[in-house]
Order: sequence, then structure tokens, then C-alpha cells
Amino acid sequence: MIPFDYQPAENAEGAVATVARAPEATFLGGGTNLVDHMKLGLARPSLLVDVTTLPLDRIETLPDGGVRIGAGVRNSDAAAHPTIRERYPALAEALLSGASGQLRNLATTGGNLLQRTRCVYFQDVTTPCNKREPGSGCSALGGYTRYHAILGASSDCVAVHPSDMAVAMAALDAVVQVTGPGGQRDIPVVDLHRLPGDQPHRDTVLSHGDLITAVDLPPAPASRHSRYRKVRDRASYAFALVSVAAALDIEDGDVRAARVAFGGVSHKPWRARRAEDVLVEGPPTESTFWDAAEAELSDAEPLRGNEFKVPLARNTLVSVLREIVSEQR
Amino acid sequence: MDAEITLRVDGRPRQCTVDTRTTLLDTLREHLGVSAPKKGCDHGQCGSCTVLLDGRRVTTCLAFAVAQNGAEITTAEGLAGDGEHPMQRAFLDHDGFQCGFCTPGQICSAVGMVDEARAGWPSAVTPDVAGSVDIDDLDDAEIRERMSGNLCRCGAYVNIVSAIREAAR
Repeated sequence: MIPFDYQPAENAEGAVATVARAPEATFLGGGTNLVDHMKLGLARPSLLVDVTTLPLDRIETLPDGGVRIGAGVRNSDAAAHPTIRERYPALAEALLSGASGQLRNLATTGGNLLQRTRCVYFQDVTTPCNKREPGSGCSALGGYTRYHAILGASSDCVAVHPSDMAVAMAALDAVVQVTGPGGQRDIPVVDLHRLPGDQPHRDTVLSHGDLITAVDLPPAPASRHSRYRKVRDRASYAFALVSVAAALDIEDGDVRAARVAFGGVSHKPWRARRAEDVLVEGPPTESTFWDAAEAELSDAEPLRGNEFKVPLARNTLVSVLREIVSEQR
Repeated sequence: MDAEITLRVDGRPRQCTVDTRTTLLDTLREHLGVSAPKKGCDHGQCGSCTVLLDGRRVTTCLAFAVAQNGAEITTAEGLAGDGEHPMQRAFLDHDGFQCGFCTPGQICSAVGMVDEARAGWPSAVTPDVAGSVDIDDLDDAEIRERMSGNLCRCGAYVNIVSAIREAAR
């Protein structure tokens, strides 16, 4: 690890200005991903600006009935918060299915969104990786692909985004609040992460110096009837092979609104708009669920070694939808 | 780059100068001579370095000491002063270990976990996250899920679960 300077942030604007000025500076949150990357040689910042000192650790109700989660709120506190559990159960479930109790006590909301792929080649500095070293090649293509993408990948990168929390946020239409060198702006979570294309080294649309300050959840009626299901190689403390966040608003026997997102299948949390279109304005029947899954996954492109993810994603989605409907009866 | 930090470790104020690259784990073990937290994987995957940081269980290998200036740290060594914490007694009574390397982390994690359950926090196996959570709901499935961040290479899990079940009562 190269030597670095450490500065506790005094205010968001100052922290942004400091990092924006220094190309090798970065923000430090809970550190659960960044510190590991510094040990592995993936990240080599010369200055860490600690943003856990900022007053971004609150969860508050917004005037429109939505909820704002500060970027510094620890994953465990967000998951345990009564309002999150009651109004956005899929988000609480997603948070609880991520990492371990100890890591959730450190990891922050902003840091969770910005964590990087667990692709084994990305994390191994001895192997070519276009995400780590643009132009060096992709070792996963033709390699170990069990955890890799089946949707939206490119010939340069087949890595997946590892977050559970972000998948639930994408399904629930959450919006990220960002303070950057040019001021404040908001970005829907579904637009925060990028598909790899020919620039897989860029995980998100953020620029150097942009600081996530909060995530806003809208007061959607369907979010109360939402679930998150994660399928993985062991029962706990493992990244997703496939996960599904879904919310259904059912009225008079018909689906009025549907929100669906997949995790573990793409470079970003995968909002399943095509599945949603099949689900809305009809009764929530078994055959509609299968049609919705098929609509979303019909052009999935599995790799040699992760073909199983296509039926796994289909089955998981149908199972989650079934569960949501049975709970609303 | 050196930084001077103050920590309160197992009830005693401690001061030291550390390179900013030093983790909290290495600070405790190498600078302050507190060897209860163990270095297993050093990547946040095994839980053997778990302590209570301001009362909450965390892994110390993924935290830079400089970012924890002023923190209150309780290791397995300081859980009950010079006495014996009920969780430690339960691990002894139930043979909740074999080689003992993961044990200080297991015990700190278990103490923090029981506090979380007492505070009503749900887990990934709680049937209804929106419902209330009671310490009496802490069955074996809940204990296993909530303790999944602590690995035991000897495989003493069965006895670890029964030790925690008893201590949580």
C-alpha cells in the first residue's frame, strides 16, 4: 500500500472541493470495500477524505411521504429502521442479505452503491482486466464465469454489480442525491450504474469529486408489498448468483403497478421493464408471471459456465411474485 | 504519514502514533499489545478480528486506525473486566471451540449480535422484517444467520450455536 494522507471532512462542499482538486484523492466511508482494495493493490489513493464525520447519518421522512437515507447511514441501521422495514420491506431484506453483521455495522449507504465488482479477475492484479486496466483484456471470457453477467455485458467486460441494496433501490425508484464540484443534482438509482460497453473501468455516471449525500425513496404504494430474494452458493454471507427485488400494487384483482429488478445478472442493478409491462393491467396469474420472466430474459446471453442463471432468474422471479400475491390476499 | 491517535481499549485510555496505513487490528495487536482480536484472513471474510467498536461488533482488519480516533473498543479480553462474561462461560460450558483461534472474534460477535437482537433488529431469516423481533425468537436458524460472519475452520459450529443460545437467555 502506498502512503496516504488522511483528512476528516468538515462539510460536504469542502470534502468535494478537496477531492476534486486532487486526482489521486478519494472519499472514505465505512472502508469495507476501499480498504480491501488498497490492500489488494486495486486502489492507490494518496489522500483519503473521511466522510463518515459528516452529518449524513440520518433517516428522515420527506414532505411528500418518501424517506431520505443519508449516505453515511450504516447498512445495519437502515435495515433495522422501523420506517424502512414497514414501508420498504424489500430494501430491508436486501440489506440484511448482504455481507455479515460486522460488515453491515461499518458499511454505509453511499459506499454500498459504489462498491465494485467481486469478479475474481478484477480483484487479482496479476490477471488482465479491462475494468482494472483498460485495454488489457478480459480474463473472465473463457475463464471462470459462474458469477458473471447474462444481460447487458460487452466483449470487454462481463462483470456484475455485487450490491443487494442497490437492486432493491432500483426496483423501488430510489433517487441518489449527489454533491459535485458543479453543485447538487439527483440521479435515479437505475441511471447511476453503467453498462460496461467499451469503458468497463467506469462503474457509474459519477465524475471524480462527486459525493453521494443521500438516497431518497418515493412514497410508492406498491413498495409495502415488496420482497427481495437472493439465491447464492451458501445459505448466508455470499454474493448473489441471482437476486430479485419486486413490488406489486394489486387493486380489484388487477396489477396496477409492478416494479422488478434483478441482481447478479448484469454490470448494473437490472430494472426489468419488459417484465413489468407484461405484469401491469392484468390479474396476477401464474401464466402472466412466466410470461413476464420470459419477456425479460428471452435475449439473455449466458456465458459458458453460467447458463444456469437464465432459468434460475426466471424461477426466482416467478417465485417472488407468487409470494407477494399470496401475502396480499 | 504518521498520525497520533487516542483510543479507549478495554476500559483504558491508550495513545499511539501510527502510520495512516495501519489497520485498527494491527494497531491493537502490534502497537498496543492487545492480542485478543486475531488476524485470520485480513480481508473482512473470517470475523476472527471482531471487536465491539463503540458497542457494535465490527471487523477491525478493514478499518484504518486513524479513522477511529477517540473510539471505545472492547475486545474479548475486556468484555467483563477481570471477570468472566456469561458468553465466555457459555462457550466453555458448551465446548464452543477446538483450537480457539476464532473464539475471541466469535465471542465478541455473539455479544454484539445478542445486543442487536435485544434491540429488535431483524435478520435475513426473520419471516417478516416489518414485524417486531424479540430475543425469544432467537432460534438456531437466527443464530446461524446472524453469526455467519464468523468462520470456524475446526467446525465447532454446533457447540457455538448452543453456547450462544444459552447465553442469550
